[in-house]
Amino acid sequence: MSKDFLNDIIQPENLVYKKTELMTDNTLSYCPGCGHGTAHRIIMEVIEELGLAEDTIGVAPVGCSVLAYDFMNIDMQQAAHGRAPAVATGIKRCFPDKIVFTYQGDGDLAAIGTAETIHAVNRGENFVIIFVNNGIYGMTGGQMAPTTLPGMKSSTSPYGRDVDMMGAPLKITELMAQLPGAYFVTRQAVHTPAHVRKTKKALKMAFKNQMEKKGGISFIEIVSNCNSGWKMSPVQANQWMVENMFPFYPLGDIKVDSELINKECLTVDLKGQ
Amino acid sequence: MGELKLMKGNEAIAEAAIREGVDAYFGYPITPQSEVIEYLMAEKPHERTGMVVLQAESEVAAINMVYGAAGAGKKVMTSSSSPGISLKMEGVSYMAGAELPAVLLNVVRGGPGLGTIQPSQADYFQAVKGGGHGDYKMIVLAPASVQEMADFVELSFDLAFKYLTPVMILSDGVIGQMMEKVEVKEHKPRMTDEELIKRSPWATVGKPKERERNVISSLNLDSHIQEEHNHKLIAKYKEIQEKEVRCEFIDCEDAEYVIVAYGSSARIAQKSLQLLKEKGIKAGLIRPITLFPFPKKEINEIAAKVKGILSVEMNTGQMIEDVKLAVEGKVPVSHYGRFGGVIHSPQEVADALDQKIKGGFKDE
Ligand SMILES: Cc1ncc(C[n+]2csc(CCOP(=O)(O)OP(=O)(O)O)c2C)c(N)n1
Ligand code: SF4
Ligand SMILES: [Mg+2]
Repeated sequence: MSKDFLNDIIQPENLVYKKTELMTDNTLSYCPGCGHGTAHRIIMEVIEELGLAEDTIGVAPVGCSVLAYDFMNIDMQQAAHGRAPAVATGIKRCFPDKIVFTYQGDGDLAAIGTAETIHAVNRGENFVIIFVNNGIYGMTGGQMAPTTLPGMKSSTSPYGRDVDMMGAPLKITELMAQLPGAYFVTRQAVHTPAHVRKTKKALKMAFKNQMEKKGGISFIEIVSNCNSGWKMSPVQANQWMVENMFPFYPLGDIKVDSELINKECLTVDLKGQ
Repeated sequence: MGELKLMKGNEAIAEAAIREGVDAYFGYPITPQSEVIEYLMAEKPHERTGMVVLQAESEVAAINMVYGAAGAGKKVMTSSSSPGISLKMEGVSYMAGAELPAVLLNVVRGGPGLGTIQPSQADYFQAVKGGGHGDYKMIVLAPASVQEMADFVELSFDLAFKYLTPVMILSDGVIGQMMEKVEVKEHKPRMTDEELIKRSPWATVGKPKERERNVISSLNLDSHIQEEHNHKLIAKYKEIQEKEVRCEFIDCEDAEYVIVAYGSSARIAQKSLQLLKEKGIKAGLIRPITLFPFPKKEINEIAAKVKGILSVEMNTGQMIEDVKLAVEGKVPVSHYGRFGGVIHSPQEVADALDQKIKGGFKDE
């Protein structure tokens, strides 16, 4: 394709989609096909659309998204592994009128940072937690996470997760929903345009809750893929996610406006699949 | 001026923090320092000055709350005692790496492990050699009175913001628990948002259109950039070493032997000087007020004029290593101290030095 041809196309009248200015021009460090990039983009779009860019501070702990501050064009703090909810608490308590969010992986939020997560939610801190659950430790090379499915292979469960030895995958989102400090709890995905739209809507509600000081955490789980860690192609990974992750981590709102609207998910046999 | 009060060291530091205009305190209870958060909670500093006080779910959470608030430019502190300080060390290392100012108090108790709840100086190494992982230091101040517990709040924050580094007040169960007369300063107003941004333009307070985003991070994936960052930190520590040494000399002018002791050991050793005089021994006391930076030059100069130096510490011998480095072999250096929560008496210290002199004062 010649350059002239491209220049002909790149005209204002042909513009159908524009990257939000709240994403920097830095090349994303994520593997092609990974859900992290999409999640970043829609968070930033929501912040832009709500006009919150100048008042928002993001906190990204260790995980594949540790470099989120390279991509999100707002003030950011990089936190120690698992500690983002405590870091966010420190910021939000000192600046109750600013907008604060954390962006955490499943290893981060549901293993090493379980205490910080539960207690931030239980205190009803008024910030947004975005929880990207890919059932694995992506960053460190695909080790087992607390969310790894029964029988699922990882580099530290090479014969598949043995529930008798390791316990069942931790449905931490369902746990969070039961805490009075949780105001809005939902589980979403970003693997199709329709799901992206739904997740964006949920994010918007979450940030609005915070703006309106609704009193409590808005907790958004995004069930995502890790094609590298799962050792699959992006397409296979998404398919595997739909077939295996979604039955165990069903999508949808769990708690809205402080009210548990999906009580059923709480009675699911946590060991079963 | 200020106000005279009779207070425990732990209470004095809490009151001083409110008056200093500290923005936030995050802590977790542990003996012998729980009075800090208890006092703060009882005083309702939120009503007095707008200061935030929060009991965290752990020391790990508390130090990370400090990290967040410090990263947003706030004047923030925490306190704990030895086992809790160990838990905070990951966070302190991150703060040293990210160059965040904050103040942390360690009211030291005996260890290792759960150890005892009684006073000790067993955390010297942890405090002055970094404590957490990585190549870093923090400024360490050693109060020897309730008055200094109060006064060091302002000094610590001044140093923390001047050098963008965590500062530790290394106290112990004696100083934390004992009651003394203390003059607390008048209230300083807390920083306004405008003052905060002026003082800390790097703070994450929300990015206005006209500036680049602010990022608080200790991560450098490129090893060469990390090395550069380490160089920057070393230069900072060097400057601190050159400019910020504080120490006190007592009866050192014509002393034949000198005791080096900090904190409550220095208070005890000061009494020993009188007892030694009665024994006919001319002894002086050097009291390091800053443990990092260590008064290396000051001790070295005195070493040239005396016959021996005794490092008196409530531990099995930690500061003695820094004293020896300072003395550069000019005279023998020995250690005396009770530990495990046992406090040496002025008489024990005097007798120990007396015995060592009789035995020909040898290097240890
Ligand atoms: C204290 C500490 N322990 C371990 C690590 C190593 N580590 C970095 S990221 C990570 C797991 C990340 O997994 P997850 O949170 O699920 O994020 P993902 O990469 O999958 O998005 C681990 C174990 C660390 N950085 N710090
Ligand atoms: S390792 Fe997994 S989670 Fe990390 S960027 Fe690659 S696909 Fe995404
Ligand atoms: Mg993960």
